Amino acid sequence: MIALQGVCKTFDGGASYAVRDVNLEIPAHTFVAVVGDSGSGKTTLLKTINRLIEPEAGEVCIDGEPVRSVPPHELRRRIGYVFQGVGLFPHLSIAENIGITPQLAGWPDDAIRARVEELIDLVCLPRAYLTRMPAELSGGQRQRVGIARALAARPAIVLMDEPFGALDPVTRDGLGGECRRLHEHMQLTTVMVTHDILEAVLLADRIVVMRRGRIVADGEPHELLAGHPDPAVSTLMDMPRRQAARVRSLLEERTAHE
Amino acid sequence: MSDPLHSALAVLPDYLSQHVLLSAAALALGVALSVPLLIAARHSARLRWPVLAVASLIQTVPSIALLALFYPLLLGLSRLTGRLFGVRFQALGFLPSLLALTLYSILPILRNGVTAVLNLDPAILQAAHGVGMTSRQRLLHVELPLAAPMLMAGVRTSAVWVIGTATLATPVGQTSLGNYIFTGLQLANWVWVLFGCGAAVALALVTDQLLALIEFGLARRRPRLAWLGLCLLVAGVAAAAAVPLAAGRRGGFVVGAKNFTEQYILAALISSRLRAEGHPVTERTGLGSTLAFQALAGNELSVYVDYTGTLWHDDLHHRSDPPRATMLSELRTQLRRRYGVVLLGPLGYQNAYVLAMRRPQAAALGIRTIGDLARFAPRLTLGGDLEFFARPVWHDLERRYALHFRALRQYEPAFMYHALLSGAVNVIAAFSSDGRIAEDHLVVLKDPLHVIPPYDAVILLSPHGAHDPALRRALEPLIDHIPISLMRHANFMVDRRHDKRTPRQAARWLAHAAHLR
Ligand SMILES: Nc1ncnc2c1ncn2[C@@H]1O[C@H](COP(=O)(O)OP(=O)(O)OP(=O)(O)O)[C@@H](O)[C@H]1O
Ligand SMILES: [Mg+2]
Repeated sequence: MIALQGVCKTFDGGASYAVRDVNLEIPAHTFVAVVGDSGSGKTTLLKTINRLIEPEAGEVCIDGEPVRSVPPHELRRRIGYVFQGVGLFPHLSIAENIGITPQLAGWPDDAIRARVEELIDLVCLPRAYLTRMPAELSGGQRQRVGIARALAARPAIVLMDEPFGALDPVTRDGLGGECRRLHEHMQLTTVMVTHDILEAVLLADRIVVMRRGRIVADGEPHELLAGHPDPAVSTLMDMPRRQAARVRSLLEERTAHE
Repeated sequence: MSDPLHSALAVLPDYLSQHVLLSAAALALGVALSVPLLIAARHSARLRWPVLAVASLIQTVPSIALLALFYPLLLGLSRLTGRLFGVRFQALGFLPSLLALTLYSILPILRNGVTAVLNLDPAILQAAHGVGMTSRQRLLHVELPLAAPMLMAGVRTSAVWVIGTATLATPVGQTSLGNYIFTGLQLANWVWVLFGCGAAVALALVTDQLLALIEFGLARRRPRLAWLGLCLLVAGVAAAAAVPLAAGRRGGFVVGAKNFTEQYILAALISSRLRAEGHPVTERTGLGSTLAFQALAGNELSVYVDYTGTLWHDDLHHRSDPPRATMLSELRTQLRRRYGVVLLGPLGYQNAYVLAMRRPQAAALGIRTIGDLARFAPRLTLGGDLEFFARPVWHDLERRYALHFRALRQYEPAFMYHALLSGAVNVIAAFSSDGRIAEDHLVVLKDPLHVIPPYDAVILLSPHGAHDPALRRALEPLIDHIPISLMRHANFMVDRRHDKRTPRQAARWLAHAAHLR
């Protein structure tokens, strides 16, 4: 379980807060989607969990243990992280990128090799790509590798920061489905930041909406879809429903014509 | 032309191997210093700024001055350690050259490295932490590999600079390819000058290409190529190290020479006499004037020839002008007392400064003495060697004869005569034993006030050498056996424009003509 208590983060000495007073409990094996405007603090929130950012106030605990008490590199080897913008190491091959965390953790070479092959299959890339360099892959393929890298050391928790940005809708949908499948298969606790509210509704067990550093809504997709006292949140959650209704009416028009 | 080429090739193994060893040591030390500096300074602007500023500052000091400045520094240090711990080290030659070149090599490596590290993608750096690297692992697995190509480019620049600048190590007593250039310049032996330049350029190009191979291997992840480049480099350095070993242990006597023709000839003469007696000899030629004396006093040279006036004024710093015989005997006792240096005896001729003019101009103006010259000096330009205008003798001449020239120009001695003949200067401070005075039909102006001190050529032995009977035995026959006419002619054989001889050949002629035993 991940628990955030009164987490605050400011980058300008308190003039403004990127994350303000956030309380959040994520039970094990939950898939949480974090949505919100650009600059609302989603990435910052995610990074406080694996200590890429240290909060000014508040505490983050994993399974009851404060993350502050764990050496950062050990903590991060236990938590998969998919970066907004991928962040593959350009000087390492795809195989080395995927296997980096197991390698740092001192796994034996053949165990790493087996794991890397397992993962490249899991994210549906041909094994021949293992010897390529990141620059020799398309943007979407790189994002798959980023996901594989995050999962390599069998973490219990995966943090994903817009893992499907810059993908075409078909690939995006396919990869989203795969992520959910991996989440089930590996019994993960997943926190995924996304801009796409439909994606959040379709993939997540629970949606957290952020605005100006605060959590303004938190609930299961169907609860939020049913309506929310905050007008901005209800407009936001209305969007997938309105889109679905429009698509349906278009389809019905078409069948009526024929 | 084949003769100077032949003689140049004969000393190539020695010059090249020493040049390679010096450059390799300086570059290795430079890398060993700059990489830790880079690692320490990469995330700290407060450290980075001063480190880069100092490195840039060093780079702006003219290289020859940097090389020269390390000598007195090390000499002082060596005296200090000698007094404190009883250990002294060689302040001349390898050490000052190594230190100066090392300092020179730092900037390109450091600056390229810092630029490379600062330009690393911050997203990649954060990803390194994100996948669970410690700071150390991030440095080794991400920062250094990504910065490596630019860092290697810095090493290549540095290598080319070091190899080029190492040619300037000759005047501080370190043999290098610069010996071709400095000697060639002194003796107007342009084949040697070109040969030295060509060899240095070739060495720099080969080194650069081997480093490029390493860089390519690193960048393209082809470790075999990187290893191949490294192995070839190491093999080159090892071969250079093997040359002195193959030549047999160095040691024996070290014969010094300052940087003009006569000194090269006398060093060749002394060396040949020592070799004839079966002693191993190393020559260190092209030394700066006072550097030679200090090196002798520090036992880094065994023997060389200096001049009484120079020793009296420049090395002992006397202001007085005693008569010739008094100066000689005073020098004998004072050099021994203060430095343990033994003045073995005079060779029998003087090499004094003289003011000389072209005969037609002197005749036209009616100038015979320096006194006559004073009247016309404001319309005339005086040329001197690189040291003349800093010497007490010039200040005395200026004051006593009230000389005020229109302009003063400094030249390498070889060029000074050209300058006089071409009219670029009207009067030169020449040397009385110089063969070119006769060849160029110059008039030597008289010194009625006896301002110019006596400059008797004398053999000096180092404190250690003084106790060596073999050294004395080999050199004593030279005492009072070299008349000015023979020395002038020997100098002329080397300096003349046609039918030039090498210093070694002139020395052989001199030995024969002077009926030396
Ligand atoms: N390293 C930083 N230094 C200064 N300010 C920062 C830094 N990182 C984030 N911020 C600021 O904190 C606020 C929240 O940023 P954050 O990256 O968490 O937003 P986000 O919700 O992830 O936005 P997006 O959807 O565009 O990725 C923004 O106003 C941003 O400008
Ligand atoms: Mg973000």
